[in-house]
Amino acid sequence: MSSLSLHMPLSLWTAPRARAFGQIVRNEARLTWRRPVALIAGAGIPVLLLVIFGELPSFHQASAVFGGFTAFDLYVPVLIVFSLAMLALLGLPIPLASYRELGVLRRLSTTPVPPAWLLAAQGAVQLCIAITSLLVMCVAAVTAFGAPAPRSPGGLVLSVAVSIAGLFPIGLAIAALARTANSASVIGRLAFFPLMFFAGLWLPHALMPGVLQGISDYTPLGAAVQAIQDSMLQGFPPAAPLLVLAGYALLFGFLARRFFRWE
Amino acid sequence: MATLEGGRPAVEVAHLRKTYGTLVAVDDVSFTVTEGEIFGILGPNGAGKTTAIECAIGLREPDAGTIRLLGLDPRADRDKIHEIVGVQLQAGALPAKLRVGEILEEYQSFYRDPADVGELLDVLGLSAKRGDYYRSLSGGQRQRLSVALALIGRPRIAVLDEMTTGLDPQARRDTWELIEGIRDRGVTIVLVTHFMEEAERLCDRVALIDRGRVVALDAPASLAARARGGKSVRFLPSAPFDETLLTDRPEVSGLGHEGQHVVVTGTGELVNVVILTLAAAGVTARDVRLDSSSLEDAFVKLTGKNLQKEGALA
Repeated sequence: MSSLSLHMPLSLWTAPRARAFGQIVRNEARLTWRRPVALIAGAGIPVLLLVIFGELPSFHQASAVFGGFTAFDLYVPVLIVFSLAMLALLGLPIPLASYRELGVLRRLSTTPVPPAWLLAAQGAVQLCIAITSLLVMCVAAVTAFGAPAPRSPGGLVLSVAVSIAGLFPIGLAIAALARTANSASVIGRLAFFPLMFFAGLWLPHALMPGVLQGISDYTPLGAAVQAIQDSMLQGFPPAAPLLVLAGYALLFGFLARRFFRWE
Repeated sequence: MATLEGGRPAVEVAHLRKTYGTLVAVDDVSFTVTEGEIFGILGPNGAGKTTAIECAIGLREPDAGTIRLLGLDPRADRDKIHEIVGVQLQAGALPAKLRVGEILEEYQSFYRDPADVGELLDVLGLSAKRGDYYRSLSGGQRQRLSVALALIGRPRIAVLDEMTTGLDPQARRDTWELIEGIRDRGVTIVLVTHFMEEAERLCDRVALIDRGRVVALDAPASLAARARGGKSVRFLPSAPFDETLLTDRPEVSGLGHEGQHVVVTGTGELVNVVILTLAAAGVTARDVRLDSSSLEDAFVKLTGKNLQKEGALA
């Protein structure tokens, strides 16, 4: 290691930053693969549920209660949101809290790479899983289980993008609040199940009593389901759910930024 | 303040002060580390060592004082500092399911002009572990990996905080050899420790820090000598002799009596001086005992604290 003593003079050019980010993403992807909790919960479970629902004959009967659509048609957006919520509320904050707990963020802050890159890399990995599972679900729903093709593909892309923008900051805020990976996991689950209720996982939005419907419209997952469902079944989504999601993005983005601790 | 001669300053800390609420963690700390030096920062837990170091590398903002690393301000020139200063912080872990090689390759990509992963692993004795998960490493191996991460960017200054805490004695000695090897390649090393033996063995100079202040700063041997005015030789002369024979010698600073024994204090090769001088006068020195004060004695004397005991509580 005689090369240790040979130093290039300090110059203005910086490290090949894109390569560094690529390396971080690569290792985050390896970790996600080797401990596939996020993969199973965020992609495996919703895809499996989609297949199960798709195989149930009762889910394929059009109903006036569902506005002439089948229960399966209504569950596809719910399962897409299930996947996004799992990744945002649990997949994202748990590793981030654990990196702070381990001192990885602190160690990174002594290198030329800012520790925020690790957050971004985690987000990128979770995003890849989300998009993959979403594509698998959409394609499977339409080709294998006879769901109608999305009425407004552009609206669907927009709705998914705004949903991700609204949900991921909630995960970052959880990572900011939680001191340890364990508490991040507890907070994430405490948020996930009630929010998933309002998204219509147990009771479709159409069957909820008026009060619950009203609440659902203003919850992040309820708004996400509404926007995605409208894009798939009706046409371009209305502004209301998109604005609700944008509001969550701003609020939790601010909270995460304000309260995130690197050590 | 003593500095190593002939070198440029690598680390300059002047009048550093850092408080947390009412607690003064670091109070008017000043020291200069010369390029190529191994500089020790020694003190009991809670003395402010780590806070001082964290300020020095720009992780914390000091309340007062100036810091320069190779002439750069650690906060204003943060980006440049991170390229030339490698840091191993106390108690940092890594993800359990990454392999040693993967971790090093990631950190290597952060730097413009990094060291070779294979070579670094060789030097650190981790080559056989390159494909192993972090979680399978022993405490000593984790520590060495942590040192490797501090060195992967080929820093000009390496800051190592409690590098051997938690290691068994053999692993500790191996790490010391490693550090000496790195210094021989021209890297300036700042070592934070509460192990006396480590400081005595490795450091060219040591700053003793207690309650946020530098209580002494010198070469370990000089500090030890200062603590007791040097060494003392105690012996039983075979016959009465002219005491000026000894007190005239430049190495001898004092002479006293303890019963029939004579106690000579001074520096240098004191035992030889005493024996040869007396032999020339036809007197034999019997029952000779050399008391050499250590850095530990210096620390106890300067702070009134027993370093090892307090360190062991950690």
